[in-house]
Amino acid sequence: MEHRLDIWLWLLQRGTAVILAIFVLIHFVTIVMTMGNGVSAEGIVARVAGNELFVAFYGLFAFAAALHGAIGLRNILREVTRAGRAADLFSLVFCAALVWLGLRAAFGLYGLAA
Amino acid sequence: MSLNSAIMKNSNDIDLGQLTVLVWRGGETGAFETFKVPRQEKQTVLDVVTYIQRNIDPTLTYRFSCRVGVCGSCAMTVNGRGRWTCRSNISDIAPEDELELAPLRNLPVVKDLMVDMEVFFDKMAAAGGAFEPADPTLADFADVKPDSRERHAVEAAIECIGCGICYSACDVVAANPDYLGPAALNRAWSLCNDERDGHGLQILRMVANDAGCLACHSHQSCQEQCPKHLSPTKSIAGLKRAAALAALKGKL
Amino acid sequence: MNHRIRMRHGHSAYWAFWLHRLSGLGLAVFLPIHFYVLALAIEEAARLDKFLDWTQNPLVKLAETALILLLVAHMTGGIRLLVLEFLPWSEDQKTRIILAVAVAVAAAMLFLLNVF
Repeated sequence: MEHRLDIWLWLLQRGTAVILAIFVLIHFVTIVMTMGNGVSAEGIVARVAGNELFVAFYGLFAFAAALHGAIGLRNILREVTRAGRAADLFSLVFCAALVWLGLRAAFGLYGLAA
Repeated sequence: MSLNSAIMKNSNDIDLGQLTVLVWRGGETGAFETFKVPRQEKQTVLDVVTYIQRNIDPTLTYRFSCRVGVCGSCAMTVNGRGRWTCRSNISDIAPEDELELAPLRNLPVVKDLMVDMEVFFDKMAAAGGAFEPADPTLADFADVKPDSRERHAVEAAIECIGCGICYSACDVVAANPDYLGPAALNRAWSLCNDERDGHGLQILRMVANDAGCLACHSHQSCQEQCPKHLSPTKSIAGLKRAAALAALKGKL
Repeated sequence: MNHRIRMRHGHSAYWAFWLHRLSGLGLAVFLPIHFYVLALAIEEAARLDKFLDWTQNPLVKLAETALILLLVAHMTGGIRLLVLEFLPWSEDQKTRIILAVAVAVAAAMLFLLNVF
């Protein structure tokens, strides 16, 4: 990939890192606060189902995690192998897969409100 | 006994035993050869290598020059760590009287303990390490304030003598042959902070990529092994910050 | 024999790197599973009209604990890197690393206390 892309991927990696650090903290605190004695399925559903704010939060969370993880994996692959193109392709696939899985889970939970 | 070993006996005539020295022989392929070298009271690794070459095997190839720790020519891998042989005391390095000598890592081996430094110096230039005056017409000395932030920032970076130990220590260089390396990037940072130099932005364009400062993972092996206790990691962090700022401002 | 120089690395920043990289890899493997299991459970609930309590499954609990450990280790290591790269340098590097590890373990323990 051309050099101009390198600095933007690097910045995106650091930017999503900050976003994820904040979101993880919110995620942790939310779980500990709403499920004092233990994580339960009812607790998860009660929190997310029908709640626009939470589904938006988890959607963004999944998106940021997918980007961050994909760029990280790309870095590792480029260092460990000589196949630059394959590394790019793999990270794109990983990113898409994680976005899909994350949004599927988030929207699935959201839709459970009957 | 030969004249050399008679001279090198210590003043008290006490037998301090022998060192077992494994030395790399060959080029990229080869093997470690074992030598026995008499232990001396005050002895450096350079003394040991010199003893082997002068008394046992004259075909051993190694580098040295100033022998007082200012030129960096004698840099090699000693017991798994980059060192200047002239400043490495056996009493500190080899408490169990065992030495393993190998050439610097990440550079082509010419023969035995000697490497080809050409790529190392090429990368210095590739990182924008050649000074370019901001004002070529300037006839007088530049007035650099000793207390300025930039002058302090460049403080630690300017002492580098280009010995190559940091380059040898770096795992990123080992993984990525295109990586410019700690010394070249350290030099680039010093020029970015040198107000007399005028090509700072061009330097950032040259190093803000996956073969430059962005590839550093902050292992700090360079800092750990630098005989002058410099920190290329710190310089590279400075380059990262400067490059990020320049990119966000649309200047790259 | 081929020429291969072995570096003897023992400094803390070196291990911090490996912890960060390996925990990152672990998360890249775990996170998709985490999302997938969650989605599976939801689809099952929609079909069976009831939410099977996957969260009480000891295997799931173990996996989630591992996820927490990996995540906190990676995050504290990552915050250390962000500080290193974007804030003025300090010689207190080693203290920060130890602190990062301590926070990681503490947070993981906290979660475990809530879960078990």
